[in-house]
Amino acid sequence: MTGSDQAALVADAIDKLLGDNPPATTEPKAFWGAQFDAGLAWVDYEPGDGGLGVSRRHRELVSRRLNDADAPMWNRMANIIGIGMGAGVLVAHGTDEQRQRWLRPMFTVDEVWCQMFSEPDAGSDVAGLATRAVKDGDEWVINGQKVWTTLAHLAKWGMVVVRTDPDQPKHKGLTYFIVDMESDGVDVRPIYQITGEAEFNEVFFQDARIPDSHRLEEVGDGWRVAMTTLMNERVAIGGNTVPRGSGMIGVAVETWEQFGSGEQSDRRELARLWGEVEAMRLTAIRATQNMTAGVPGPEGSTGKLAWADLNKEVSSFTVSMMGLEGATIPEGYTLERTVYDTRMTERVLSPQRHFLRARANSIEGGTSEIMRNILGERVLGLPGEPRVDKNVPWKEVPRG
Amino acid sequence: MVDAITFARTDEQTMLGSTVRDFLEATVDFDAVREMSTTQDAMDMNVWTGLGEMGLIGLHIPEEYGGAGFGATEVGVVFQELGRKVAAAPLLSSVLASTAILGAGTDDQKSRFLPQIATGETVATLAVYEGAHDVDPGAGDATLAMSDDGWVLNGVKRYVTDAPNASVFVVSASTPDGVALAVVSSDTSGVSVAATNSLDATRPLGDVTFSEVHVNADDVMSEASNAIADSLNMGVVCLAAEQVGGTQWCLETSVEYAKNRYQFGRAIGSFQAIKHLCADMLVGVEHARSVAWHAAATIDDPEESAIAVPLARSVCSDAYVKAAGDTIQILGGIGFTWEHEAHLYFKRAKSTSLLLGSVDSYRDRLADAVGIS
Repeated sequence: MTGSDQAALVADAIDKLLGDNPPATTEPKAFWGAQFDAGLAWVDYEPGDGGLGVSRRHRELVSRRLNDADAPMWNRMANIIGIGMGAGVLVAHGTDEQRQRWLRPMFTVDEVWCQMFSEPDAGSDVAGLATRAVKDGDEWVINGQKVWTTLAHLAKWGMVVVRTDPDQPKHKGLTYFIVDMESDGVDVRPIYQITGEAEFNEVFFQDARIPDSHRLEEVGDGWRVAMTTLMNERVAIGGNTVPRGSGMIGVAVETWEQFGSGEQSDRRELARLWGEVEAMRLTAIRATQNMTAGVPGPEGSTGKLAWADLNKEVSSFTVSMMGLEGATIPEGYTLERTVYDTRMTERVLSPQRHFLRARANSIEGGTSEIMRNILGERVLGLPGEPRVDKNVPWKEVPRG
Repeated sequence: MVDAITFARTDEQTMLGSTVRDFLEATVDFDAVREMSTTQDAMDMNVWTGLGEMGLIGLHIPEEYGGAGFGATEVGVVFQELGRKVAAAPLLSSVLASTAILGAGTDDQKSRFLPQIATGETVATLAVYEGAHDVDPGAGDATLAMSDDGWVLNGVKRYVTDAPNASVFVVSASTPDGVALAVVSSDTSGVSVAATNSLDATRPLGDVTFSEVHVNADDVMSEASNAIADSLNMGVVCLAAEQVGGTQWCLETSVEYAKNRYQFGRAIGSFQAIKHLCADMLVGVEHARSVAWHAAATIDDPEESAIAVPLARSVCSDAYVKAAGDTIQILGGIGFTWEHEAHLYFKRAKSTSLLLGSVDSYRDRLADAVGIS
């Protein structure tokens, strides 16, 4: 099928979807179900998986048309881990049965998903994780603790990487499962962060059981599956192209207007930062264009690192610009869980609140130190640090 | 406009870049450049002659005036390669002067002045700055007074790029009717050039004094304020591309060294302290490339250019200055020697960030353009 044939196929499917299910009068979940069945959930996936088997670049057309039609699109936020990362993992690694079982209710938000990799003793070195799974008949018994789990408290399903063979070197003894978060032995507790908000959870497994049919790929293949998930995560964090002047730099400009000192030096610094953010944005556009043209280059790998550092810098400068007002925080500190629905896009956070939240940007989704290692080693070809954990059975590697 | 941003390059543009790169790799001899660096009038004649033979000096000049009629993107492609080799060629000066003439000149003036600039026979430069902190230079204190048979030019222009090598100056001065540009040959009576020792010796600077200089009426271009501004904007596009090329050299040199220099039994690039400097340099050069290319691609779109030009100036200047400094740090002792070429890039980086108005002045412009009031 040629590119224009594909575009026509997608356009026709959109017309039919909108015609049969007018967004104004259709319940969101019903609309998403129809969208999935029409192959317009992820157009590049196969028919049956919520796709039409066409090029990924047609996703943009779907988003644009549905947005223009005021169709509900907040499932992507309400089930951000599932739709943003889980679907890609299931399509790459799931069996027919697994994809059939999980993809549709994921897209309709009937079943929320979460993802559990990090542990208290396995942060940047996530392959060193210690949560154990032991086979018992057709089931696996899980014990251990995961941290920084977005949406775990609302989730029906969790993607989890666990250690199934401690005698193997650390990358080799891992296996990837989908765990029922509502089952016995799974305990979810909020982690309140420096803003008082709890976006994340810690999850405790105490003799929780997972059927073997919920395993993705073979026993010992967990690292490979986890890599697919992490790649999707880093693309999701750094690869967005947003409108010029939006996001944190937009907050900074508004803050200048409202609270700024009027000092020329502040104005110049703000302009400098605006320029750095715009350079990052243009680089993301260039990366996308090169990717689409089939000539991806190093510009596609810099986004996460640049974004994390700049977001911290811009938010910190924004609070500095406010003078004494920056020593206040309008929201105060209330211990509460994050709400993941339409309200999320509507809420307006103070610059001070952004400033505090931004500290996590260079830690979450790969710390800036790890990102620099990746750029240095995988893009520039510099040698790695000498490793003390290579080819050593996991159980003999010092941890803590 | 924003929707139409494109970074796609044609095969011809890519080929142009590799042709110029191959030529410069074969032509630039760093021993000779180091030698030139002890003089006040460095100019690599092999490079200049070659650029002329390839028709690259008049790249942006319309064909009817002896040029190749290409756009700023192609000019940027050439400057990126020149920057990568810190080439000592007066192309910036030539582009500044010819762009000013294109903007302010009559057909007759363009026909008389541009063809010889396009071939490289004439090295022309723009003489508009008088003080160290000039921003948006216009006439300055220089004056053009009407005389019986033309004009009389008086004034001192400073920090004139390639002044020691230029045979034609395009000089700003005030007339009763506003800012004008006079095209003055260096051998005209009353013109004197005092070469200065420039921080970046591969780009000579000089002060030019015009004392009771007679200028023919035909050689004066009136209402030239916009032409000067357009010329300087084009200059920023050239410098931004040059900064990208220089930053790219810094990255490649640092990475190469970090892979091959061993201390404590390890390649120093395996140490995160070094690796992370290289990673930051990569981010810097990719961001610089994006804004430099964008500024070149949008130079003819006044609204977008009002943002893209100061944006490129701000981002590329910082990226190159940081990369050149970090490169010396990564190289260690050898990077501080005259023998290694890193100092040529370090000097070029700093000097470039000061030419054509301070980076801060462009940040003021950027703030204006994007509504930071």
